[in-house]
Parts: sequence; structure tokens; C-alpha cells
Amino acid sequence: MTVELLDRPSREAPAEAALRIADCDIHPSPKSLEREIYPFLEKRWQRHMERYGARPRQPFLNGPAYPKGQPDAARRDAYPPAGGRPGSDLAFMREQHLDPNNVGFGVLNPLKSGQGLQNLDFADAYCRAINDWQIAFWTREEPRLKASIVIPYEDAAASVQEIERCAGEEDYVQVFMLNRTAEPMGQRRYWPIYDAAAAAGLPLAVHAFGFGGAPITGGGWPSYYIEDMTGHAQSSQAVLTSMIFEGVFDRLPGLKLVLIESGFAWLPALCWRLDRVWMRMRDELHRCKRRPSEIVREQVFLTTQPMEEPSRPRQLVECIEWIGWDRLLFATDYPHWDFDQPDRVLPSWVDAEKRRAFFTDNALGVYGRQMP
Amino acid sequence: MTRHVVAPVSEFPPGTRRCVVLEGRRIALFNVGGRYFGLLDRCPHQGGPLSEGVLTGLVEADAPGAYSFSRPGEILRCPWHGWEFDLATGESRFDPRRHRTRAFRVSAAPAGELRAETVPVRVEEDYVVVEM
Repeated sequence: MTVELLDRPSREAPAEAALRIADCDIHPSPKSLEREIYPFLEKRWQRHMERYGARPRQPFLNGPAYPKGQPDAARRDAYPPAGGRPGSDLAFMREQHLDPNNVGFGVLNPLKSGQGLQNLDFADAYCRAINDWQIAFWTREEPRLKASIVIPYEDAAASVQEIERCAGEEDYVQVFMLNRTAEPMGQRRYWPIYDAAAAAGLPLAVHAFGFGGAPITGGGWPSYYIEDMTGHAQSSQAVLTSMIFEGVFDRLPGLKLVLIESGFAWLPALCWRLDRVWMRMRDELHRCKRRPSEIVREQVFLTTQPMEEPSRPRQLVECIEWIGWDRLLFATDYPHWDFDQPDRVLPSWVDAEKRRAFFTDNALGVYGRQMP
Repeated sequence: MTRHVVAPVSEFPPGTRRCVVLEGRRIALFNVGGRYFGLLDRCPHQGGPLSEGVLTGLVEADAPGAYSFSRPGEILRCPWHGWEFDLATGESRFDPRRHRTRAFRVSAAPAGELRAETVPVRVEEDYVVVEM
């Protein structure tokens, strides 16, 4: 997968003046299930994995639900020279990403974690193993990295137990879900999860992808990966709409929601629409007493990647002004192919104060942390 | 124009690639079937390292289902977002006029013509040379 280079000059170290940034979407992988995950998984579930495998809630028997633009959905240059999958080698992650991009605070978001598996008991056991693995193999070794509590979210009771088990460990900075759940995310089967996250004082992070069983579009299963890529924004809009109108944010005014990897430029238009329908028809709802855009301004954050890239960069900045410079958390999606490079995402004329919020302070505020 | 010697021909065989720093700039070099190509090692999109991209060919279609594949190994895909560039010109495939990376002339030359810069030159060998 990797290309052989006869020489590879080392990259320059970041300038001292470069801003120390937060990256709110980094994807770690185990080097091997046997060596890294099985130590945290009971023998019974190791056997299950070998015999039956991990079966997500999706209509495809073979292969992933999502064809990928690149193998492993990865940057071609992210394969560790020592072998293994992209994102599986901490030393190489430091060398290729954390050090040269001056990442001082990085949030790990494991995607292959047992979330969305049909066998709920296996999903629960696998999520627990992934949580223990993040601490043992990543955050203990690298203080710049923080972990996510992955939960078997289709089983709220088991999810609550796992949140409570992990919440005391300060290396976990958020409760982590994927945005394609079996039912719209505002519905009350998921409420115990939100209650537990709020009680633990942790943001609820909702990342694109997942295995709800339903197609990503209202019109069924699309033909192409490119349509799935576009669909993430729609999925996140559905999550937000459902959580607002079902009253999750009224119930938990202290809950912070972080939407990950769906872009953000759609948010102003969605808020305009939500406010408009809410003004006219809110008597349909039992909850949702606040104007939707007000809820978003107080409780919702979005990670930036994949950034929209209008041909006139000024329009992107204008869109951020509408959303507010305090709402966006910079993210790269390392090591995936649609990675955003921090020194290229904002026009050079954006001032230092806004950059600081966008790249660093918003994330530290949401997660209540300092740079290590 | 400066000519930079980067390697003896024998150490840069077909099917290999290198990345070198010349005049402070990273240059990606390729030997595709005995022809040499050089591009600035920086994608104009977000700065991805082109030296680590995948070499592919030109796929063209006149009609649905009717396609041709030509110039194998002469189109480079950026390792990050997959932007494609013509190795010979540095032009992007999707918008050659507006999006391009700089291409450099790379060739083999006998030692007699060269003043060595980064490698000692021996008279009996040919050397790969980048013109900047």
C-alpha cells in the first residue's frame, strides 16, 4: 500500500511561533487484534470474533458498507514504515502528524469499536475492550492524546454502565457515538445515555458513519461513495433536528453536543429553517421551549473537517461568522484520506484571535482541559 | 538555470522514486520506464507530499462504458485527497489551467558535462540531473 521512496528528507520542525493546536478527530487503529485488543476481551468473545466476526447492522454481507476513496480510507503516506495499518503506530503518528503540525491536544475517535454490532452483548464487550485499549496503548504513552468512551449505543442500559465505569478516568474526554443509529437520535431510547454523559460532565460526541440499518438518503441506497461522503452532512442535520425537537437539550441544558466529520457550512441554513418551522408549529411538540438556533448557540459545537472549500475563501469565512468563531473545533481526521492540513484551511488574513479560538481555545473550553 | 546532480543513473532505476531538497525546495523525482520526471513535492491544494502519491494512468471516456487507459505510470495521484497531476507538465487533470504544480526537467547526463553538487561524480558513469 505504501510507496517506496529511495530518500525521504525529514520535514522541518514547526516554527516556534506556530500555534499549538487541538485536533478533535484522530483515528487510532490497533496494530493487531490479538496483541492489543484481546488482552481486554474475555476468551468467550475472542472466540466469537474468530468464529462469527463483527456483524454490523447493515444490508451488505461481504465488505464494508462504505467503499472507500483510498484503501483503509487512509492517506497513502500514512502507512507506518514499520508496518501495520495507518493510525496504528504512535511513534509514526508523532513523527508525521503530532510534532510537525504542533498538535498539543488530540482526541482519539476509534471507529471500529463494536458500535452498531447486531450482537449487543458482543458490542458491549468490544466497546469496553476498545476503551481500555485507548488508555493502555495511547493516552498513557502520549499525554497529548485523549480518549473517547465508545458505547454500545443501541443498548442504553449497557452504555450507561460503561460511561459510569470509565467516567472517573480523566483521560476520557467525551462519550462517543456514530450518527447513523437505528432510530433518530433524539428518541428516548437513547436518553439514558445523554443523562449519563451530562451527569459525568462529558460532552456527547457524534461522529459521521455508523450502522443503523437505514440508507443514508431518503431515497434509498446510493450507488457511489461520493454520495455517502455528501450524506454525512445530511445525517448530522437529522441528528441535530431530532435531538432539538425531541427535547433532549431542554431536558439537559448542561449537555454539550459535538458533531464530528460532517462539515459545518450547512448549519446556518438549517438553523434558519428550524427556527421558522418552530415559530409556526411548536405546539406540535411537548418539549423544545427554546428557539432552535438559541439551543445551537448554547449547546452545540462542530468539528471542522472536512472543511467546505468554496472557490472564494471569503465565503467560507463569512459562513463561519454566521455560525460564530466560538462554535468550531479544528480537526484533521488523521490518518484518513480526507485529512485537513491545519496551515491551509483558513485564509492567511484571518486574525490571530479568531485562529486561536478555531484551532485551540474552543476545544479546550468544550473539553474543559488545558494543554498538557 | 542551475543543473543539480541528484544520483548516478545506476542508483535510480526504472520504477523507483526519490525526494530531494534542492535550493530549499522539496522535489519529487520519478523514473517511469527509463523516463525521468520531477515535480515540486507539494500539492497546490493542501500541501500533500506528491512524492508519496500513487502513479496511475490516464482514463478517458467518450461515452458511458467506453473508456480508454493510456500513459500508464505518468499520472500522479496526491496521497491525501487524490488530486491528479500530469507528471510531464505538473498540470492537474481536472483544471489544468488554474491548478498545477511546478514540473522540472530531469534527464540523464554524462559526467563530463557536470560539476557535481551533492554527489561526487565519476567520469565513467551517467548521472540524473534536475534543471531549476
